[in-house]
Amino acid sequence: MATAVEFTLNGNAVAAIAEPGETLLSVLRNRLGDTSPKAGCLQGTCGACTVLVDGEPVLSCLLLADAAAGRHVETVRGLAQGPQLHPLQEAFMERFAAQCGFCTPGMLMAAKALLDHNRNPTRAEVIEAISGNVCRCTGYLPIIEAILEAARRLSARG
Amino acid sequence: MRIRKEMFADERRDDLVLIGKPIRRQDIEGHVTGRTQFFDDHLVPGLLHIRCVRSSEHHARIRAVDTREAERVAGVRRILRYADLPKKAHNILTIFNFGIDDEPALADGKVRYRGEPIVAIVAESLRAADEAVAKVRVDYEPLPAVFDVEEALKPDAPLVNEYIGRNWFRYWGDYDCQQIRFGDVEAGFRQADLVIEGRYQMSPIEHAPLETNGCIVVPGEDGRFTVYTCTQGLHFSLDNVAAQLKLDTNRLHFIGGTVGGGFGGKVDTVVEPLAVLAAMLTGRPVRYVFSRAEEMQVSSPRGAERVYITDGVTRDGRILARKIVHYHDAGAYSRLSTYGTIKSAAHHPGPYYIPNVWVDSFCVFTNRTPSSAMRGFGVTGGDFALESHMDVVARAIGMDPLEFRIKNAYRDGDMKAHRKLTEGAALIECIQVAAELAHWPLSEEARRASSRIGGGGERAQIPPTPKARTRLAEPRARSAALEARRTAAAGPSRAITPPPAWTGGGEPTAGRERVEAERLRTAEPSAPPEQRPPEPPRPTHSHGALRFSSVFGSRRR
Amino acid sequence: MPLQLRTTDTLSEAAALLASERAARFLGGGTLLMRAVNEGDVSFSVIVRTRDPAFARMRTAGTRIELGAGVRMAQILASRDLAFLHPAARAIGGPAVRSMATIGGNLFAEHPYGDFTVALLALDARVQLASSLGVRELALEEFLRARGRSERVLVSGVSFERPADPSAFRFHKMTRTHPKGAAVLTIAALVPLIGGRIVGARVAYGAMAPTPMRARAVERALEGRPLTAEGIAAAVAVAAEGTDPPTDALASSWYRRRVIGVMLRRLLLGET
Ligand SMILES: Cc1cc2nc3c(=O)[nH]c(=O)nc-3n(C[C@H](O)[C@H](O)[C@H](O)COP(=O)(O)OP(=O)(O)OC[C@H]3O[C@@H](n4cnc5c(N)ncnc54)[C@H](O)[C@@H]3O)c2cc1C
Ligand code: FES
Ligand code: FES
Repeated sequence: MATAVEFTLNGNAVAAIAEPGETLLSVLRNRLGDTSPKAGCLQGTCGACTVLVDGEPVLSCLLLADAAAGRHVETVRGLAQGPQLHPLQEAFMERFAAQCGFCTPGMLMAAKALLDHNRNPTRAEVIEAISGNVCRCTGYLPIIEAILEAARRLSARG
Repeated sequence: MRIRKEMFADERRDDLVLIGKPIRRQDIEGHVTGRTQFFDDHLVPGLLHIRCVRSSEHHARIRAVDTREAERVAGVRRILRYADLPKKAHNILTIFNFGIDDEPALADGKVRYRGEPIVAIVAESLRAADEAVAKVRVDYEPLPAVFDVEEALKPDAPLVNEYIGRNWFRYWGDYDCQQIRFGDVEAGFRQADLVIEGRYQMSPIEHAPLETNGCIVVPGEDGRFTVYTCTQGLHFSLDNVAAQLKLDTNRLHFIGGTVGGGFGGKVDTVVEPLAVLAAMLTGRPVRYVFSRAEEMQVSSPRGAERVYITDGVTRDGRILARKIVHYHDAGAYSRLSTYGTIKSAAHHPGPYYIPNVWVDSFCVFTNRTPSSAMRGFGVTGGDFALESHMDVVARAIGMDPLEFRIKNAYRDGDMKAHRKLTEGAALIECIQVAAELAHWPLSEEARRASSRIGGGGERAQIPPTPKARTRLAEPRARSAALEARRTAAAGPSRAITPPPAWTGGGEPTAGRERVEAERLRTAEPSAPPEQRPPEPPRPTHSHGALRFSSVFGSRRR
Repeated sequence: MPLQLRTTDTLSEAAALLASERAARFLGGGTLLMRAVNEGDVSFSVIVRTRDPAFARMRTAGTRIELGAGVRMAQILASRDLAFLHPAARAIGGPAVRSMATIGGNLFAEHPYGDFTVALLALDARVQLASSLGVRELALEEFLRARGRSERVLVSGVSFERPADPSAFRFHKMTRTHPKGAAVLTIAALVPLIGGRIVGARVAYGAMAPTPMRARAVERALEGRPLTAEGIAAAVAVAAEGTDPPTDALASSWYRRRVIGVMLRRLLLGET
């Protein structure tokens, strides 16, 4: 039996119907129209569906939608403040950290999970933070550089 | 980035506006804000979903497919089968009048690789489709399978693809391989101080794009179908779907161009035909997307390539003759491998001036996943073999591998084995700069070498070239194959006819040169050398090879 | 059959549901179970989960550590008391997998997974099984032996003795891809030293047999020896004894047998 799930999505209260067994990824994309998290594998291996739930990175393709009930869900759509892009977004643009762009939303959310807790990550910590995210285009280096650059900008801002 | 003006003073202008300057991708803002729309981001209500029943066998005749239980699964709307296909077999290059229609979109009574689609379930949900897939019973009669390119070319190998009729693709009507003949390699080997052979093998490589192959098809009121797709070749795919479904092209409206990673793996147009057909037959919007497992197993990889290289060299490092036998593993169907094979021949013998060259590039069919385009297919595998062999030969004659390359590199004015004069050569300069950056010591002579000096003259000539066409022995099962092709739907016949005699029958190639000697024969080995090169083989069909480049954006060489 | 979802308030209700429904599977963090759903596994149609607070409880202060089966890898990593287990928890996937993956689910993870279980095996953990009749306890090794045959039991938690000296606990996972990947092999070892000699060694392997296993021959060969290159030589020599490693896309059985001794030596000598 389908049930209603309520949570906040990028700060806004939302409600959606979910079938039993329906994942958060499916509800975000198909029911709430936020297609920013991507379905790259539906098996947990690619990280393209990464979103934050109460600040923690999760694989939305493997999380039952109602496990998000009453919690705070963040996607890339909520990263910018109005027209002002998040430093991660700016750095990704400047450092050519996206080619086809399919991994980008998941990468950005994995990176945000890191920077929200740690404004001065080491390179090793950055690599660890995105170790569950696959990128087939860039070879990762520009992504790592972009995250380090964003961290510098964030900590400079204080 | 900088242009070495000291080397190429007149090569480029100084006022370049893009090269060497950072630039933003035009689509990157969409990527970082999650607004870029990939095919699956077009939200369409009321979708039906496709999942295929796939072969568990590498090679088998299908005795029966029982879908009765699957049809009863709640939510199943239609099961597509071979009988539903408007065109029974297709190859994506035949729209250019090249190649042979050799692949049914759903199994034609036989499966030729593991994972081949047999029937397609169209259902209200993926769950329902999965349940139905689990309930389809396929009765297989396993056939002997062949997985190795050289095994596949033996006369008694199991015949993989009846549409092709033999386990290799025949080029231009009458060539068993794509071949290059330039000078006389046997004579070159006789003059050489050393003859060095090598065997190089590449494994298949999956592109593994982050976005799997897929599309969404929406039937419109006007009888047109809107197709949101990940294809890399929007118009190429449209034309192919139209051909395969026997539709006028104006009934298809393809929307795409945003590809979640392609790398060559998204030109095959494998999902669109079945999805459009399902939409035609149900009148409903249909989504067909490969699961990750399907993407890894059945989307075409870069094919396995095996390359034999034999070089005749002098002690002081001149390559006098190079003979290459290159096998492309096309898997069970052509897809684009027939073209990849042409590319490999076009790329050999590498960027080196060699007065005697022999290249045989075979497109071979095996019971492996059909392979296809991937980033310089044919060329990359060839280069891996060529450059590995350059190192091996350099070591064998005790020469520095970079010096050895500089010594043999094309210079402007050199005649290539393809009978084109070299222009704009720059390999020597690239090596010099790379050596400098890597602090790799080069001799004075190598440092002074230039692509502009030393070419042409005698090296501009086309040497006398004996005619020699490589012929493979026809498979024993060939006439059975032709029979089978006529009755493909009912399952091919297995009658075996006696092997035809070897064609040709000249003497085996020289003693030192063992590669392929027992199996390949040259048709006219003792014909007197011609002064003029033979006419390049004319395509029996019009514009084949010419048009590929414009489709895939790869440069002609 | 469309999927059904059942949520219970208590572990014993969940256990009863699992026992009574053949088509039911228990949901931990779902990193494997939801993957099966997504990949078209139609062998089950009921998903059972529980809200029982005991399921995710951690008791880490005393000498006997008790962890609910629903404890996630990220919780282990957030616990200072469990610092010695951080390398094992960090070996499981990337951060997003770790914020979902439970230790209970890890006990069921099939080859090449189950890295945390290898650590628990070296700690000689005991497994609590919930049923409508109450809780039963058994040794992890015994649990693993029966695992294939007891699909529909419910694990409520694990418990184990805190190592007196945390540095006596060692963990290493060898992967082909870096920084993360599935195991070529995994080794966990507890090598307590008394007067410079190893006393009560326990060594466990992952990916060296169909389930995580104890390396008994190695343990015997370590007993009473110093933790030096010479001291462990006999143990390294028998490193592959009793193993039955699978051949898979990551490594062949032959290769796993060949490198286990090398990795064991490095782990024991602190060279990993
Ligand atoms: C990308 C990726 C990387 C991974 N990397 C690793 C790795 O490096 N190492 C590793 O060990 N694992 C790895 N895994 C596998 C998996 O995430 C872990 O093994 C995890 O601990 C499984 O726990 P879970 O809670 O997610 O299990 P679930 O998916 O919830 O369950 C797995 C199985 O166990 C059963 N089950 C779960 N909990 C219980 C319980 N309490 N009682 C009875 N049955 C139960 C379920 O019914 C199911 O059959 C990886 C998975 C993914 C997707
Ligand atoms: S789609 Fe969720 S991890 Fe790949
Ligand atoms: S940019 Fe294409 S996968 Fe990362």
